[in-house]
Amino acid sequence: MAWQWFHQWGSPRWFYQRSGAWLPWLAVLAALFLAVGSVWGLALAPADFKQGNSYRIIYLHVPASFLALAGYYLMAIAGAIGLIWKMKLAFTAMRCAATVGAALTFVALFTGAVWGKPTWGTYWVWDARITSMLVLLFLYLGVIALYQAFDRQELASKAAALLALVGTVNVPIIYKSVDWWYTLHQPASLKITGDSTLHSSMLQPLLVMIVGFYLFYAVALLLSMRAEVLAREANSSWVRALVTAPQSRERG
Amino acid sequence: MHPLRKQRLKWVLLIVVASSIAVGLFTFALRENINLFYTPIQIVDGEAPTDVRLRAGGMVVKGSIERADDSLFVAFRVTDGAESVRIEYTGILPDLFAEGEAIVATGVLDQNRVLQASEVLAKHDETYMPPEVAEAMEQGHQRREAQKGSGAESPSGYSKGYPSEEKNYDR
Repeated sequence: MAWQWFHQWGSPRWFYQRSGAWLPWLAVLAALFLAVGSVWGLALAPADFKQGNSYRIIYLHVPASFLALAGYYLMAIAGAIGLIWKMKLAFTAMRCAATVGAALTFVALFTGAVWGKPTWGTYWVWDARITSMLVLLFLYLGVIALYQAFDRQELASKAAALLALVGTVNVPIIYKSVDWWYTLHQPASLKITGDSTLHSSMLQPLLVMIVGFYLFYAVALLLSMRAEVLAREANSSWVRALVTAPQSRERG
Repeated sequence: MHPLRKQRLKWVLLIVVASSIAVGLFTFALRENINLFYTPIQIVDGEAPTDVRLRAGGMVVKGSIERADDSLFVAFRVTDGAESVRIEYTGILPDLFAEGEAIVATGVLDQNRVLQASEVLAKHDETYMPPEVAEAMEQGHQRREAQKGSGAESPSGYSKGYPSEEKNYDR
């Protein structure tokens, strides 16, 4: 009985109906937080004493990097749940998290390079932080590629989940790389314990952006999973009913 | 939990733990190669090889910058607080290059352990603040220097929170 809340996630139909109800709320909240955070961070927050306005890339770079790392754990845990409980929806979540995570990792690397040129004097340097972040991108792409390489979905899911699990070791390495080794990348300004070295007038919009990115991530993941669920369950009666009677979509 | 699922959970944990140990040992063995640069103390101690390309990093020593009048040649010393190393470079320096700022230079150590640099990068620290706050902190720092010995707490570095003086300027 206690496991019922968990096992209902095994039903793609249940997921499709519930996620349809959550999506509008999540989308509105995400848009709100991102809009407020962008205007606050990009226009209203003060310029930095050394970097001037170029520091503002932090409002994209830091949230994207956060979600790229957190999203990897989500993908790996989804893969583990799929392996242990043979839950198809968990594999769907893993596959979709790989795409969203790869995109966010790319955003983090790209914005970092754009900021690096005026600040450091170079777009790219092979230090521990940047290199391990590139490895993260390759891990995400590897999960996608491995999944696509098999014809049988079950085999594809298992293989991709194993790669996702092995890759989890990279996440703490990325996070701690700036403390463990000498790198060009600076240590984190945002500290979980202790004072952040980011002035409060700059920190507040950043926190708004991070919440906005989390919400945006949820929206992107759910949208992608819903599309994947429909494709996988294309032959089931409930999807057919959905297609033949589109007006009853939200009520299911 | 179903025994079969418990079995699979054990496998999943085994994979994660085993791969973590493997990568941990691997990075531990390569730790010297993962560091982006040598610190001045490593160079002075002879830990850094001469005549191969390497990077040196540290803080530019105040008052050590020498510039040529007729070329882009510049020489300066970088320090890690313990030792310092001379760096010679001809070219354009990044905007954030200044005394007291951290840099990472790529080049070759000559026989005198002077780094002949081919590239100088600025290493930005993790401190971000508005110019007014930086100014206020500088003033507060100077005031505290003047009051030294009268029981004032030791000046905190930029990376350690903000002194209360800043509040007056924080709009």
